Amino acid sequence: MAIAIALVVLVLGSVLFHIFTPWWLPPLASNWKTMDDTLFITVVITGLFFVVISLFVAYTLWRFRHREGSRAAYEPDNHRLERRLIVITSVGIAALLAPGLWVYADYVSPPSEAMTLEVLGQQWRWRFRFPGPDGQLGGSDARFVSGANPFGLDPSDTRGADDILVDDNEVRLPLNRPVNVVLRSHDVLHDFYVPHFRSRMNIVPGQVSSFWFTPTKAGRYEALCAQLCGVGHPDMRGFVRVEEGAAFDTWLAAQPTFAGLRAAAAAPAAASADPATVGRTLAQSKGCTACHSVDGAPSVGPTWKGLFGKQENLEGGGTVHVDEAFLRTFIRNPQSRDIKGFPNVMPAVPVTDAELDALVAYIQALR
Amino acid sequence: MSYADDHHHEHDDHAPKSWFYRYVWSQDHKVIAVQYASIAILVGLIGLVLSNLMRLQIGYPGQFEFINAERYYQYVTMHGMIMVIYLLTALFLGGFGNYLIPLMIGARDMVFPYMNMLSVWVYFLSVLILLASFFIPGGPTGGGWTLYPPAVILPGTPGHDGGIILMLVSLVVFIVATTMGGLNYVTTVLQARCRGMTLMRMPLSVWGIFVATILALLAFPALFVSGVMMLLDETAGTSFFMPALVSMGQVTDYKGGSPLLFQHLFWFFGHPEVYIVALPAFGLVSDLISVHARKAIFGYRTMVWAIVIIGGLSFVVWAHHMFVAGMNPWFGFFFATSTLIIAVPTAIKVYNWALTLWRGDIHMTVPMLFALAFLMTFVLGGLTGLFLGNVSVDIPLSGTYFVVAHFHMVMGVAPLLVVFGAIYHWYPKIFGRMLNDTIGMWHFWITFLGTYVIYFPMHYLGVLGMPRRYHHYTDYQFIPPSAHVLNELITIAALIVGAAQLLFVFNLVWSLKHGRVANSNPWRAASLEWFTPHSPPHHGNWGATLPTVHRWAYAYSVPGAKEDFIAQNAPAADGGQEPSQDHEPRQVPA
Repeated sequence: MAIAIALVVLVLGSVLFHIFTPWWLPPLASNWKTMDDTLFITVVITGLFFVVISLFVAYTLWRFRHREGSRAAYEPDNHRLERRLIVITSVGIAALLAPGLWVYADYVSPPSEAMTLEVLGQQWRWRFRFPGPDGQLGGSDARFVSGANPFGLDPSDTRGADDILVDDNEVRLPLNRPVNVVLRSHDVLHDFYVPHFRSRMNIVPGQVSSFWFTPTKAGRYEALCAQLCGVGHPDMRGFVRVEEGAAFDTWLAAQPTFAGLRAAAAAPAAASADPATVGRTLAQSKGCTACHSVDGAPSVGPTWKGLFGKQENLEGGGTVHVDEAFLRTFIRNPQSRDIKGFPNVMPAVPVTDAELDALVAYIQALR
Repeated sequence: MSYADDHHHEHDDHAPKSWFYRYVWSQDHKVIAVQYASIAILVGLIGLVLSNLMRLQIGYPGQFEFINAERYYQYVTMHGMIMVIYLLTALFLGGFGNYLIPLMIGARDMVFPYMNMLSVWVYFLSVLILLASFFIPGGPTGGGWTLYPPAVILPGTPGHDGGIILMLVSLVVFIVATTMGGLNYVTTVLQARCRGMTLMRMPLSVWGIFVATILALLAFPALFVSGVMMLLDETAGTSFFMPALVSMGQVTDYKGGSPLLFQHLFWFFGHPEVYIVALPAFGLVSDLISVHARKAIFGYRTMVWAIVIIGGLSFVVWAHHMFVAGMNPWFGFFFATSTLIIAVPTAIKVYNWALTLWRGDIHMTVPMLFALAFLMTFVLGGLTGLFLGNVSVDIPLSGTYFVVAHFHMVMGVAPLLVVFGAIYHWYPKIFGRMLNDTIGMWHFWITFLGTYVIYFPMHYLGVLGMPRRYHHYTDYQFIPPSAHVLNELITIAALIVGAAQLLFVFNLVWSLKHGRVANSNPWRAASLEWFTPHSPPHHGNWGATLPTVHRWAYAYSVPGAKEDFIAQNAPAADGGQEPSQDHEPRQVPA
């Protein structure tokens, strides 16, 4: 009898849990209400089957529990009943599939007027790109990726010259305009997922994937990487800020273009810029901040706050004094030392001597 | 007894005499079965410890410093691979398949006993290779049990050098073992059934394992080739799965490969794999319910067809694991449809289990309790599969804890409950003693209620958007603090359930010597394995003469019969034959 009671309690408990749960969909901030509606239909239909079947079994256990002298009936089959059950089940399945595929047909057809946003996933940060006035994104390839060209854009492709590059973990989008998000990666699988938008897609190196949505509520939304991409996977937090069209246009106009950045890189660096400031910009553009925080927060790599002058522990025992000489050697050759408590995955990002000076100055300034 | 029992010619004249050949280098399917099950359970305990370590980090982030991101992902990966392949597949096919098939169909042993023996030792070797990866520099691979390239063989993922090589080699060796075993099970079922044992008189346990084995023989090759190709990408610089890419700031030499190719190959194996685990569970639970409710399984023919149809359909649903993988979006329509179709025969089985109980004579034994718990948890887990199979509903749920909750319920909890129930049920046949009921009850209640508490709320974390395979959730504002509290509660439940499994292990070992001595048919079951001349069965199983059967395995509570069961090999005149083709139940002659 305990088992029959347990089944009833679990069913009741599950239904109550569902009604009162504080953990449900985050507030919808996109056009994909139909996805939420289909989820609701699915909950209702599957919930019904779950409750009915479980309560039927519980009742059966109580009613037909073994007692002195009880004997089972002999009814090895009932084809009419089975046929009816097949029909009812098929109707239920069709009731789920129809709306599901209806919504999906919408999902695979971005509106023709959608604007384009490219999301570039990389171990372990995001970058974004908009096509410029020509409306076309320039070509890109892994072999073009370098410290100066982290987007890997093809310099000989003229369509890419006016592309707007957002070398940051945060991108902005205009309210109520459909956007077709195209997704690229130069290294491994990623997934750009903002739960409030519902729509998302894996990012596959070597190809372009996409999804579309229309942001319908202004706000600043967190983006997650939702496909395991190595030890820094939980640290790939991005942001999408949705704002009024005018504010977005202003922001967009202030972002550099590919041609602009290349021109700035070619020009000699302004001597008046203080090395630590230059270092701060470099830390962003070279991807250092993907793994090193500057405010003490734990991340894939040690935080730079208070790093200079520290005694760092080495894997396998021993310590090392983090001074200028150490930083210079380490940045140039990260595999030379194994710092205790951190995975030994720092890439050797190419830096010029001037850049190295600037980075070290910046780290030193972060006491 | 209905067969000749010649006392002057003991068939175990052929039986090996020395301890080594009887219990170690043994060709007897019963010994091999126990070897498979013992290795599987031991490696499963390792998988359990790994899961507890993972939960410690999720429930108490940062409190256990040694569980850093690298180790966490290694635990995630090894836990998954161990549980799916090295525990569940090996236990259902190698453990239950080996023990039950020959006994249930009236054979003396498997048709290829030497290869059968080799298969368990090759399996053992694959386990050793897998566990060796814990002891090499860099440790085991941490790319998730799905081992997706490119990341898994690149810096940035733990074990991207030696760990992944050992994992892939271990899988290749395991597949050799599975193939050797699989050929045995299929051929034995087709060729070694005793007189009167038609296919449609075999117990559903045999049907479930038989179809699962066919699936295994057809699906594992896809994993095999993908493993070989990945080994070549890792060691020989090929680019099967590797496009042109930049790794840790350096442009690599790879180019032209497709990461999605691996996913298609993996899931072409991976989806049938879940049915390789589920179908034997379906078959076994049908027998548990039938015996302990003293009632023929409802709709036996339909149950057989459902197993076969589910097995066939399982090969055309794989890309529901790839709805958000970046494959051609139009595939989503096809695979959502095929996935939801497979729900229909599965639902029929659920109804038939419930209808078997209806108007039965239900004994609340430990095996029955586990079977009932299977029913409820499988219904729940199967229904959440409908969310994930319906492509547009899957889009926000993929990669979240909804998926984790679903597959644990339907692969971890439900089949494992059947494993426990089946072991409580057949232990007296295997060892001649009953498992202790009191310990069994405690084990049952803690496991059933505990796993429900772990996995039911977890679905809601997934709906919230909490991603899976995250070592920590520091700073993600959209996740409320209450979700972290829930994670802590789930962790506590997981630790309790984990500890409770020790009760089961203790029961298994203690009862070998101290369990109540069992007679040859303590559950008064009708299927053939309970009617060997000796119990536990001797080598050769049947003594001088093979049995002859005259009915199906479900002659329970037949009207007019003397007892509430009629043995499968009782004389034909005793009645209880299976329903005839024209759907009329045969009456016992007056």
